[in-house]
Formats: sequence, structure tokens, C-alpha cells
Amino acid sequence: MTAEAASRPAAAPEARGVILGEWIAARGGLVLLASGLLVFLTLPLAMILMRSFEDRAGAFVGLANFVRYVQTPALAQSTWNTLTFAAIATVVVVPMAFLFAYAIQRTCIPAKGLWRSIALLPILAPSLLAAISFIYLFGNQGLLRGLLPLAGLSSIYGLPGMVLAMAFASFPHAVMILLASLSLADARLYEAADAMGTSALRRFVTVTLPSAKYGLVSAAMVTFTMAVSEFGVPKVIGGNYPVLAIDIYKQVIGQQNFQMGAVVGLVLLVPAVVAFVVDAVVQRRQKALMSARSVPYAPRPARLRDGLMLVYVVLISAYMLVVILMAAYGSVVKFWPYNLSFTFDHYRYGFEEAGVEHAYGNSLVMAALCAVLGAAITFAGAYWVEKTRGADALRPVVRLQAMLPMAVPGMVLGIGYILFFNSPANPLNVLYGTMAILVASTIVHFYSSSHLAAVTALKQLDGEFESVSASLKVPFYRTFGRVTLPVCLPTVIDIARYYFVNAMTTISAVVFLYSPKTTLASISILHMDEAGAIGPAAAMATLIVATSALVTVLSLAAEHFILRRTQAWRRAAAPA
Amino acid sequence: MKPVHGLAWLASVAALAAVAAAPAAAQKTQLTVYTALETDQLKAYQEGFNKAHPDIEITWVRDSTGIITAKILAEKAAPKADVIMGVAATSMGLFDAEGLLLPYAPAGLARVAAQYRDPKNPPAWVGMDVWGATVCFNTVEAAKRNIPKPETWKDLTKPAYKGQIVMPHPASSGTGFFDVTAWLQLFGEAEGWKFMDGLHENIAQYMHSGSRPCAAAAAGEYVVGISFEYRANREKARGAPIELVFPKEGLGWDLEASGIVKTTQKLDAAKKLLDWSISDAAMALYANNFAIVAVPAMSKPLPNVPADYASRLVKNDFAWAAKNRERILAEWSKRYESKAAPK
Repeated sequence: MTAEAASRPAAAPEARGVILGEWIAARGGLVLLASGLLVFLTLPLAMILMRSFEDRAGAFVGLANFVRYVQTPALAQSTWNTLTFAAIATVVVVPMAFLFAYAIQRTCIPAKGLWRSIALLPILAPSLLAAISFIYLFGNQGLLRGLLPLAGLSSIYGLPGMVLAMAFASFPHAVMILLASLSLADARLYEAADAMGTSALRRFVTVTLPSAKYGLVSAAMVTFTMAVSEFGVPKVIGGNYPVLAIDIYKQVIGQQNFQMGAVVGLVLLVPAVVAFVVDAVVQRRQKALMSARSVPYAPRPARLRDGLMLVYVVLISAYMLVVILMAAYGSVVKFWPYNLSFTFDHYRYGFEEAGVEHAYGNSLVMAALCAVLGAAITFAGAYWVEKTRGADALRPVVRLQAMLPMAVPGMVLGIGYILFFNSPANPLNVLYGTMAILVASTIVHFYSSSHLAAVTALKQLDGEFESVSASLKVPFYRTFGRVTLPVCLPTVIDIARYYFVNAMTTISAVVFLYSPKTTLASISILHMDEAGAIGPAAAMATLIVATSALVTVLSLAAEHFILRRTQAWRRAAAPA
Repeated sequence: MKPVHGLAWLASVAALAAVAAAPAAAQKTQLTVYTALETDQLKAYQEGFNKAHPDIEITWVRDSTGIITAKILAEKAAPKADVIMGVAATSMGLFDAEGLLLPYAPAGLARVAAQYRDPKNPPAWVGMDVWGATVCFNTVEAAKRNIPKPETWKDLTKPAYKGQIVMPHPASSGTGFFDVTAWLQLFGEAEGWKFMDGLHENIAQYMHSGSRPCAAAAAGEYVVGISFEYRANREKARGAPIELVFPKEGLGWDLEASGIVKTTQKLDAAKKLLDWSISDAAMALYANNFAIVAVPAMSKPLPNVPADYASRLVKNDFAWAAKNRERILAEWSKRYESKAAPK
């Protein structure tokens, strides 16, 4: 389990065979990963491009589909709507998240851990939950609908509801990035500013904001991309405000027009890829903020500022909690808004009449498979890319493919899967309609962040481990099993949890891929809402939050336990 | 902890994936049935069928009429369904025209009224029941806003209803489609579209199922939900403050109908389902939900539905509706979907 264990010399006679085996395994792993990403990511995306140039019968028609797209006013309108929605969501969410992160990292408010946990709660909920809650809150029979006219709105359906729901769903993603970018600051800059008598505002604009600008760009791009590709929110609360994600669904599911679906998918891909590239270019220019001479900045108490910030943080936390609790309340109310007595009928309806227990079971199975397989594949993949040698030409290709899912909206991935796997000519056609395709699409959909987490953890390990093992003729997998994996175990658990929670809540890719036997809990919310059964829809959404929360708590407990058992070196480590 | 061997690990990953992909071993005859029936009806029908045929297991593929119709047409080269049950007769007409259905005379066909089955012999499809237009009118919300109860379709174009009406989207919903075809047949093409132009001014949302507009009216989200009698009665039974309104000019309607898909490998089981679908046992189940069932003797009055319901239905030309489906939906979309969102 320790470095010494790994560096024990291997027995000499088996060395040659081991080296050959290692040569094959190292390259084989890389080839396997590259071909996996090719089959489950790149080829399905390539199919979208191909199909967009074909007519329904499969004949090449050049740009005819694109011309028809541009000439269909309803479709062109939703492109504009999508960009408007995403822009407004970004402008709302990023400052909201920045101020929150600022309060946590740069002020002396109490109970920071609590606020931070509450801010991350939306990750546990399907975005549909937020949309349902805002109907309960601000719908025509909403609890707080009296507030709408104050904001100059006549109805929550459409853009207002979509932005409010998105502010819930994308908030934790923006806040995590900004928390990280505000976590470190050079105190010397602040001291210099104070010495020169700079005003607090000027200091904020000239010191704090510039140091967080890369985080701000990232947070903006993540929020924008999430909003562009969001499906559940506009489906439930979008009213007559069509967006591209809805158009894809209508074309592919409603009209089974896969070619036009492919065209809309490509259109949807453009803003997402632009955001991805902007972010990548900006991040490349980021230089280290902290140098060896830096002094970490620690906020000092300031009564007025801390007081105001605490009020703000409490308000934001209340926003997140109200959304979740509203759905939970809606799920136990007999008949909104006319009979507010308590009932479990909606849970019973969902489970018995609508046969949702089957969907919930499927969701659990899928989430567990995604967690186990996803964590294993992602971590092993990152290891192969970062820590093995040979087949160097493949590495950049694999790295690029590993980052690609971040730029691909789930709806687009889903339609790529239909086109690729449902083609009778494809030998992998047997996967279509199975649980396996749901697991594969979900792992690929959330691959990039997991891959990054794994790479970060692996990079913390000195490359010397591998060189020493190699020179001692210890096969790489022994080093992996004895050193790398145990050291990185907390990260592996994080990745597994990330896959589990996302698999419980996702709808975007799987809505195209589920079959009657593999329908999922998140999708059943969509169907119940469509049939007007909003109580049961709220019940299922609440159940998903409860499940994700339980699994999160359990996995954090497991992590804590493992850290104590196997990571004693972290505390005992002597200075290098 | 033992060192984990990379390849062994990979092998177990692959094995797990294979397990996940393997379809469950089948013991009973598995019948894939495409349907647009309501989720809360399916359970009773399935139990009824399994009481007679416990050896056949139905896998329902359920979606709204428009989606199921598009799916069946898209899969016509390699159909996945064995039976289509509870899908609009206008859609069945389309499938028949595409040669997708296997004509079959279910046992007891003579009991089915002539207007509720495909007139050919043997018929490509047979009806189960009639479902027809019903307006859900929320009396509590209407009283708050001083909105009068509508008596006719034309009433709904009055300014009093502005922003208070929801109806199903005709491309997604069978209910929405028969509303539109009924108006076109009642008022004539030109007048019909003019009526819908006026209605559009008052529509708050086009929804994607026939049920949701009534559920929305029942919950007071809107005052008027254009829907159908089954959902209206269900909502009223749950305690919703709604009244069922049957506009005077006439009600759009369609048949829920069933037929066998020509390519099925499970013909025996498919025939058993069709036989059951017009049996007295099945008709009794349909009669709990709908006022008119295909075997007239089995119809029974439904609460809140007038006794002369049958005579209020418009004369619906299924052949015309099926033939013009694509044209009507394109025209509808051009008029009402390409406009920027109202309000």
C-alpha cells in the first residue's frame, strides 16, 4: 500500500514476459479507450453530420435540409429564442453565483460549510423539479403569484419561468467554478492597495475581479451551454416559447423526422462548441496567480460587509431550499390548489397506476452501473493517458475526445446514438433499446468532468513512481494497484458519485434512447407532467432528490472512512 | 488489498456490460403493443386481458396519438409492434393505406356497430370506444373573473376568454386533431380556419396531450381546457371544481381502434388480443371510461355525460381526415406555430 511496497524488485525470470505483457497492456488500454470513445462518441456525432445531408429515404440532398430549416419560420424563431434564453440565464446566474462565492471565500460570515452545501443541492435534483416548483410558486394558482405583477410579468410560463428554473439548476455549477477561482489570492496585492489608500470599490475592480476573470469566463460558458442544451425546463414551463432542444424532440420523437432532427442538432451544437472554444482559449492564457513569494489572503472581519453578505447568502440558500421543498410539498397535497390536505396518493398513483416503480428501479440500476463502470473506465482511461508510455500518437486524439462531451448537448448525443445504433447495418444494433445503451450514453455525456477530476488526481502523483517501477521491472499495473489506485481512491469515489447523481437526474440524451422496458424515473416525470399529473410528477422528482441525497451522504461517509483507514500518509507525510 | 490486474479488471468490466446488455429470458409469449391509451387506463385493460390469457405478456409502447402514429410510420420498413391497440381510427386509416395492417375478423365481430369498424371484410381495424371533445370549465376561477360559461365553440372566440383557454396541439394529440377536423367539417374549410384564427387569439398554451388541458383547467391554471370526456370525468371525480361543457355546434370525436401489424411473428397471440379487445369483458371495462363503446349493447350512461351524447357528435369522415392529415397539420403549424409566442 505504500511506496516501498511498490518498489520491491520483481522476480528476475518472469521479467521478459512481464515486459512484453506490459507493452501490450499499456498500448492495448489506450487503443481500447480510443476505440471506445470513437464508437460511443465520435461516430454517433459524425452520423448526425451525414444524415443532415440526406432525405428521408437516405439519398444525398446537399444542403436542402438546411435550406428548409432556414425557411421554416418556427424553427428559425427558436434559434433566436434559445440564444436569448441562454444569454439572460447567464447574465442572471453568473453575478448571483459570483457574489455567493465571494461571500464564502472573501468574507467572515458564519456557517460557511452549511451555505456551501445548500448551494450545491440543485445538483441532486432533475431540472424538471425546478420547473414544476415554479409552477406551484408562480403559476396561475401559485403560492406567490401576487409577486409576478410586481416584476412586471403577466405569466410565469415562457422565458421568466425558464430563467428562474435555470437559476436553480445551473447555480451550483457556476458557484463551484467561482469558489475555486476565488479560493486563492495574493494578500500582498491587497496590502499594497490598502497602503495606497485605494477605496474598497476600486480595490474590488482592480484586484479582485481581474484575479477571478478566468473563473468568470468559465462560469459564464458553463451556464450558457447548460441553458442552450436544457430540455426539461422549457418542456415543463416553457409555454409557447419554443427553443431548439424542444424542436429536436418534436422533430425526432413527434414527427420521426431524423434528418431534420440532425439539422437542428447541428444548429444546437454551434453555440455549445463556440462557448467551449472561447473557454479553452481564455483558460490557456491563465497564468499562475500564486507564486512562491505570494502570501495567501485571509479575509478580516468587517461588520457591515459581513452582515450584508450573510443576508445575501441566506436569501440564495432560501431560494434553493424553497424550490426543493415546494416540489416536496406539492407531492403530498391532495388537490392543488383546492384541497390542501395531506396525502401519499401521488406516490401511490405513480407507483401503482402509472407503473413507475419499474422506472424507478431502472433508474437505480442504471445509476449504479454508471457509477461503477463509469468510475472504473474513467479512472483507468485517465491513467492510461497520463501514466503509461508508448503509442504516443494516440494520446492527443484520446485527450481531445475525452474533452469533447463537454461541448456536446445531451439531446445532440442522444440523436447521434439513435442514428448510429439504430441503423440496421451496424453490428452494434443489438444494443439499441437496452440498458447498456443508456449506461453508455450517460457515461459519455458526463465523461469530460470525470476525466478532468481523474487527471488532476493522477497529476498530483509524482511521475517518479512509474519511472522507479519501470527501472525495477515492476509491471505498471502492479504500481497502479498498489500505489496509484489507493492514493486516488477518494477521487474515484467522487467520480462514481458524480455519475450516480447525474444518471438519476438526466433526461436529455436518454429521452431518445429508453425503451418500454428501460424507461427511467426522470423520464416518467416528463410523461406524467405531459399527461397533466403534476402531483405525481412532483412526487417522482422528490423521490429522485431523496435518493441522490442518500447516496451522496453514504458515499461521503465511505470516503471519510477510507480516508481514515488508508490515507494516513496524507497526515504523516514528511516534507519533501 | 491484492494488486488489481489491469486485464482482469477490464474483463470484469466487459462482463458486467454484457450482463447489462443481455435481454431477460422470455418465458411467456411477449407481445409488443403500440398504444395511445391513457396510462391510467392501461392497467385495468392489461389485467382484464391477462385474466383470460395469463400466458401472454404485453409490453406497452405508449405515447400520444401524434407521436405513436409518426413512430409506426417511421418504422414501416421493419415494424417493431405486433399489435396496435387504442390508436385513433384516422391513424389506423393511414397505416392501412401503407399496407401495414393484417385484416382480421375478431371473434364476435358481428356485435360491433358498422360505423365503429373498418367497413372492409375482414376489417383492417376494429373500434373499442368513442372518445369525443369535452370542454372542462373551471367554475371557481370563472366566477372570480366573471367569465360566463361557454355554450358553443364560437363563444370561445369572445374577448372574455382571452388568455384563459388551453387546448391540445393537433400534431401531438389525437384529441387536438379531431377538434381541428371537426371544426373544418362543421364550419367548412374557410370558416373553420377563420374560427381557429379567432380562437388562437384567446389560447394561452397549446399542450402536448389531450389530457393536460383538462388537468390544467381542473387545477385552476386556466379557466377553459379543451379535452375529452374520460379525463374530464376523472378530474371531476377527484374533486376538481369543473363543469363538463359539450359545445352546441357538435363534438369532434374519433374511435380508439385496434389492428394486427402484418409482420408480426406472434399471430396467434395477436389474434387473441384482438378477440379480447371486442369481448364483452373488454367492452365493460371501456364502458367505465367512455359513454359509447363499439358494441352498442354494452354502452352504459356515464356521469356528467348527457344521454343524447351520440347525437351530438359531428359526422366525422375518417377517410377524409386520414387523407388530409398531413395537409391540415402543415396549415395549422403555418398559421399558429410560426407566429411568435403570443403574449
